[in-house]
Amino acid sequence: MTTITLTSPGQHDAAARELLDSVVVRFAGDSGDGIQLTGNRFASVTALAGNDLATFPDFPAEIRAPVGTTYGVSAFQINFGARAIKTSGDAPDVLVALNPAALKVELSRLKPGGIVIIDTGTFTERNLNKAGYTTNPLTDGALAGYRTIEVDVSKLTLEAVRPLGVSKHTALRCKNFWTLGLVYWMFGRDRGVTAEWLKKKFADEPQVGQANIAALDAGHAFGETAEINGDLTGYSVGPAALAPGLYRTITGGEALAWGLVVGAHLAGLKLFFASYPITPASPLLHALAKLRPLGVATFQAEDEIAAVCAAIGASYAGSLGVTSSSGPGIALKGEAMGLAVAAELPLVVVNTQRAGPSTGMPTKTEQSDLMQALYGRHGESPVAVLAARAPFDCFDTAIEAVRIATKFMIPVIILSDGYIANAAQPWRIPAVEKMTPFPVRFRTDPENFEPYARDPQTLARPWAVPGTPGLEHRLGGLEKDSLTGAISYDPANHQRMTDTRAAKLDRIAEDIPPQTVEAGPDSGPLAVVGWGSTYGPINRAVTSLIERGYNVAHIHLHHLCPLPRNLGELLRRYDHVLVPEMNKGQLVTLLRANYLVPAEGLNKISGQPFKIGEIEAAVLARLEQTAK
Amino acid sequence: MNVVSPIKPRTAKDYASNQEVRWCPGCGDYAILKAVQKTLADLAADPARTVFVSGIGCSSRFPYYMATYGFHTIHGRAPAIATGVKLANPDLDVWIVTGDGDALSIGGNHLLHLLRRNVDVQLLLFNNEIYGLTKGQYSPTSRPGTRSPSSPGGSLDQPVSPASFALGAGARFVARAIDTQKQLVDVLKAAYDHRGASFVEIFQNCIVYNDEVFASFTEKNVAADAQLHVEHGKPLIFGADRRSGVRLSPGRLELETVRIGEDGITEADILVHDATSRPLATMLAALNMPVALGVLYCNPGEPLDAALQRASEGITEPAAAAELNALLRGGDTWTVAS
Repeated sequence: MTTITLTSPGQHDAAARELLDSVVVRFAGDSGDGIQLTGNRFASVTALAGNDLATFPDFPAEIRAPVGTTYGVSAFQINFGARAIKTSGDAPDVLVALNPAALKVELSRLKPGGIVIIDTGTFTERNLNKAGYTTNPLTDGALAGYRTIEVDVSKLTLEAVRPLGVSKHTALRCKNFWTLGLVYWMFGRDRGVTAEWLKKKFADEPQVGQANIAALDAGHAFGETAEINGDLTGYSVGPAALAPGLYRTITGGEALAWGLVVGAHLAGLKLFFASYPITPASPLLHALAKLRPLGVATFQAEDEIAAVCAAIGASYAGSLGVTSSSGPGIALKGEAMGLAVAAELPLVVVNTQRAGPSTGMPTKTEQSDLMQALYGRHGESPVAVLAARAPFDCFDTAIEAVRIATKFMIPVIILSDGYIANAAQPWRIPAVEKMTPFPVRFRTDPENFEPYARDPQTLARPWAVPGTPGLEHRLGGLEKDSLTGAISYDPANHQRMTDTRAAKLDRIAEDIPPQTVEAGPDSGPLAVVGWGSTYGPINRAVTSLIERGYNVAHIHLHHLCPLPRNLGELLRRYDHVLVPEMNKGQLVTLLRANYLVPAEGLNKISGQPFKIGEIEAAVLARLEQTAK
Repeated sequence: MNVVSPIKPRTAKDYASNQEVRWCPGCGDYAILKAVQKTLADLAADPARTVFVSGIGCSSRFPYYMATYGFHTIHGRAPAIATGVKLANPDLDVWIVTGDGDALSIGGNHLLHLLRRNVDVQLLLFNNEIYGLTKGQYSPTSRPGTRSPSSPGGSLDQPVSPASFALGAGARFVARAIDTQKQLVDVLKAAYDHRGASFVEIFQNCIVYNDEVFASFTEKNVAADAQLHVEHGKPLIFGADRRSGVRLSPGRLELETVRIGEDGITEADILVHDATSRPLATMLAALNMPVALGVLYCNPGEPLDAALQRASEGITEPAAAAELNALLRGGDTWTVAS
């Protein structure tokens, strides 16, 4: 028997859908339930409907944790709206719980009065025990205060796909699409694109594809019927006012990959990408490995050290060498990055940060590798450091990294994180031919060639690639004469070379744009300063406080080394500086050390991104204290 | 009017850089340097297309002394860096110079993978069974009981055999030579000719920290009886009187040394070297006395760089803007009208 229970019935009007400005939906189930796939399909269709959106896949490290356990719960959150969407949303308005464990883990996130869709077919005694429930939450009052839609999804899915004659196992695997069909109905989404996608995905097993389509249709029909009965409300979220152009959704991993490819194109170089698999950095390797037809060479190395070394070897040979990892792997690459600093070769190193220390929480996000990026090598070993703020921003960040690395002959670290890498956003697709190229000029003239004779502007040494007649020379990690590159232990030379390597950063600082203010006044009582993926929650919190009449500004750093040359002067124009970071206070330490400004930290290290509300509360507390 | 300038034959000196060589007087490295320079001259190698990549250690100073491209990198990582060089530009001739500590201790993992991937490079492992540059500690090839600053009571670990390691890793070319012997040049040429990863172990005498460690088979008075110079298709005969030989022990899977003309042994009993046989190479590498020298194994397969080129056939690099636009526009897109 199927029951739809609405514990706090609202207004129901079968004819008109309720209009909403933005909605947060969270899908949750067992890691074998296809939650990420369901979420991604919903995101894709939502984007096509013209909403702005941000997603947050939140999955366990276990590939297939024991079925029904709380640690095997996989979730996917999406925030979509008719207005600009900056984060994946604080608390969900709608929670889909495909088993008791998902309900147990996720229910507390749901907004008071929010809707929870529950597959009651999974609420067996055995599953309740596995989830750690001693009483059944469906009957013990745990759901009071929420609007519940209790459906035996498992049973209805089996019924819907029965005519297709697939096995029970296959049939049950369709229940995520049944649920998706219901959620499509709730938000008035079209099923056509998803049906086409299913046909393509299961081209080799058309029966399975048809079974999933049948489940999708059945879930949708269920919504319609319930609506007619007045038990369920449909909602409508209008299109967002996005800038005109051609759009797609993009994850941070894809945006980074494509940015690197386009960056290499703009530099006129071949891209050589060497990496070792590590969570959450591997999507970049996967995305680039598909691009061999575009001339991209990918190399899965035997370890992190080999990956960075192969990238350095490729740069030495005239390609754009790129390597990628997460914090533990970046630690292993440290020595080789020092070699790239000494040899003054271009190199791009991507760090998709995750929660540490040690193995930490591989699938959870953190920003705790800033100091590692800046200082995590032996000796005076300066490199440029950039941070991407959102999935779409990874594209431009990658191109900027390639530009700096090749123009200044220096390694560049890109800081991304687990949240950015997996989250998706709409992205306005640029026209590659309209982007500004920055072609690399290899040294070819043997006349007066010296391996370390520098460009007076950039301090870059010539890039003399093996295979070029007359430029045969020897490079290495030993300190080199500042002109000839021959081994030198001369004290004055070492001072000069150390100073020169550091001075390159000053030249980069002259090359990058000055720091601007994202939102709010360029002076005043309080600036909230962030870097990386805290952009969304900070920006949403600050703009909404400004709308409410508060005097607060948002500054977001893209270049972390060198810092923009006007940053100190800019920060000193505010009475207070608040720095929200998903670490124990790394940027705040840097700002205090560099500029002697009284910056304060707002630190969260839970593996979860900041909520808008958390930043709003901290800003309000700071303003209140200031007013006293 | 055509002016034909005569091609001046290259000499070993043409491959020597202007840097003063700074190994200890009497070091085996000098002889190897000369042999490599002579090899390149004999091959008329193009210095512009030749790259020497090294790690860290005495041997790894080698690139500074060559008038070619050279990259003195970090400890143990030369195979990884050389892999990047070769994959990025397969037209380059890449040589790796490494030592027993560099290749088999800190860099053992990279050596394993370079060999099994069969990257088309020549790897010269200078084995002196000691850490020279850090002043004489025992190495992964030191024999048990080696007394050194870090093993004053004699080392306890069992050593690794470089040639056996290489064969185990799947190397398709494994050779051995002695630093001061003229056969080194022939071995280097064979390594150069082999397409794929060529592994050459060179017994190199460290005059300061491990002098005469190979004397039991390199000294003039014992050499003929202690060295077995193998050649593909030729019987495994050695000895001052050329009457010693190697055969398969009857009923056992191991080699044994026999005397031709004694106990009914004739030349027909002696094994003929088959450089394409991995089992034979494995047994020769493990032979203690005599020590097998020359090309133990040569059985070419497709190198990784060639496979990558094959997989990339017909691809124009770098990609054109139109191709990149198509990439960025693949999948679902929608237009927001102005």
